[in-house]
Amino acid sequence: MRVSLFVTCLIDQLRPEVGEATVAVLERAGCEVHFDPRQTCCGQPACNSGYREDARAVARQALEALEGDDPVVVPSGSCAAQLVHLADLFEEGSSEHARAKALAPRVHELSSFLVDELGVESLPSGYRGRVTWHDACHGLRDLGTRDQPRRLLRAVEGVDLVEMASCETCCGFGGTFSVKMPELSVAMADRKLDELEQAGLDAVVSADLSCLMQLGGRLQERGSSVRTLHLAEVLAG
Amino acid sequence: MKLPETASNMAHLNANAFGAAARAALEDQPLRSALAKATDTFADRRGRVLDEMPAWEELRTHGNAIKAEALSRLDHHLAHFVREAEARGTKVHFARNRAEACQVVEGLADRLGARTIVKSKSMVTEEIGLNAALEARGLEPVETDLGEWIVQLAGETPSHIIVPAIHKSKDEIARLFQEKLGTDGDLDAEELTAVARKILRGTYLEAELGISGVNFAIAETGSFLVLENEGNARLSTSLPRVHLAVMGLEKLLPRWQDLETFLRLLPRSGTGQHLTSYQSIFTGPKQSPEDEGPDEVHVLILDNGRSAVLEDDVARETLACIRCGACLNVCPVYRQVGGHAYGSVYPGPIGAIVTPQLVGTESAVPLPSASSLCGACRDVCPVKIDIPRILLHLRGKVVERMPTRAPLERLGFRMWSLAARSPRAWRIATRVGRPLARLAASPSGVGRLARRLVPPLQGWTHGRALPRAAKVSFRERYARREA
Repeated sequence: MRVSLFVTCLIDQLRPEVGEATVAVLERAGCEVHFDPRQTCCGQPACNSGYREDARAVARQALEALEGDDPVVVPSGSCAAQLVHLADLFEEGSSEHARAKALAPRVHELSSFLVDELGVESLPSGYRGRVTWHDACHGLRDLGTRDQPRRLLRAVEGVDLVEMASCETCCGFGGTFSVKMPELSVAMADRKLDELEQAGLDAVVSADLSCLMQLGGRLQERGSSVRTLHLAEVLAG
Repeated sequence: MKLPETASNMAHLNANAFGAAARAALEDQPLRSALAKATDTFADRRGRVLDEMPAWEELRTHGNAIKAEALSRLDHHLAHFVREAEARGTKVHFARNRAEACQVVEGLADRLGARTIVKSKSMVTEEIGLNAALEARGLEPVETDLGEWIVQLAGETPSHIIVPAIHKSKDEIARLFQEKLGTDGDLDAEELTAVARKILRGTYLEAELGISGVNFAIAETGSFLVLENEGNARLSTSLPRVHLAVMGLEKLLPRWQDLETFLRLLPRSGTGQHLTSYQSIFTGPKQSPEDEGPDEVHVLILDNGRSAVLEDDVARETLACIRCGACLNVCPVYRQVGGHAYGSVYPGPIGAIVTPQLVGTESAVPLPSASSLCGACRDVCPVKIDIPRILLHLRGKVVERMPTRAPLERLGFRMWSLAARSPRAWRIATRVGRPLARLAASPSGVGRLARRLVPPLQGWTHGRALPRAAKVSFRERYARREA
């Protein structure tokens, strides 16, 4: 199956290995991955800060880069949800609104694409470690992704998946929230990390680089040895 | 009927100080542990009663539909309510704003020659600052809900919609009683309640006027309901000669039958109960041959900015809120800082959308941004209000209506969007930007300086390490692979 990869600006610029791992995982699952270099960002940062005009301009670019019929796979629940809701930015009846509506059903978050669309049960991964899953808010609540990543992780032989009581609690990132209200944002991260650090984990795994940056940045500051890994990195490992 | 948006719509408003108040709350360990304990308890209780409700989602959908219908024809339902209520002897008053509302109550109190006024819990009377207005005229309003009474005794404001004293531990309350009432400083919860009960029992008998809020008003019968657990609302509304109920105009339900849905939704969402201990339904004053109940029943219907919300297609559903407080208990922001930080009578996620709309965007600028948009509030809302969507809508209003605010942020987003709308500009901008970002994240002197001076970096590095940008981006690596 031919798929179009929307790699997200954060992965593109900060952790390209996650993008490569995503390509590897999709190829192992039998996909032919296409990356359109016209893509930039989904527009979420501006949209979530109230700059709708700026968000619209960037969203138009995403619409152009993702034209076609192929399923669009996104290694981020947050950016996937933004692409799914892109039509909200445009006036009903406009051509962009129609294009955004047509795009929405083609967009899939990585783990749900693998499990729900491709029916993947397991992928050959050599990763070994005791990990927990952090449910990123938009993947969980906007897209309903809960079991899919857990099934994939459990299917990796070397993975010992430990559930945290706070797995569904927000990490405190929230886009510009993290820099506008840093003390609050960090306090929210600490609430999760206090539990996480008790559990003797090797890594916390999630499907959103933004959450991983937040948790990872805080873990580093706390002097913790717990790593942050993207789901694709574990599955490709 | 449109009112100018002014800060004077709400008493005790200090929403623009959210940032500083939140930082202070984060330093307050006793507050945070009291909050964590109480919000967990309520969220757990709610979870347990919902486990027994397989049709919960359908019930929420139904509640949402009833509210949407009610709000879509609110003028019609209001007129219907007034006709039916008046036909049963209830006197209906309207107030466009806080000042008019207080005047109505003051006028009534004057006519009755009232001195002591008992009140059962009501958020809308907090909104209009009724107690302060009455006290200024030498009257003595007494809160009778235990939590509200504690808050009044402490000279504070409620910090939660249904648990007004959630910010206080039992020990703090015992010390407050000791200080104000001269009781022993180590009373347990039961003893503290007994002290309050004893004092309040006498007050009910002295009061000439009883004031309550309204949980639901029913258009087709002109009735209204008050739900509670302590019996104080029933005493406040039946012992004094006159009962006045104050309600926001959004509290209307079209039909009696709609209660079937809302009496299931509200107690489960609010306190995790199947039903509150008391549900009092008021349909006019006592009629002969009844010999109990008030001689007069009054309803005061308040607008105070609500009809303007009604005209906003995106935000209208804000008015569907039934004030259960469930969104507060699950909100990761509220759980950290509590209600007072919001500087508004209405705290938490629902407060972050209600307050700016009632008092005006400019008077509550930080509130729509006081959220990570995690969506936990939307998931628990019994009437499915899409709070994150309305938060975004209100953030948009801040940007639109305050063009001179945050010029650097505005410029930053514009430059970012100018780059991101063109693949070529994006390639150039990221190629130039990445080495700079790497430098900013480096341990070098330049890096340290950048982290101290550049606002977003300064914010991020408050307690977090800055991630390093990649030397080679994904798209560059991908292009090499393809070549």
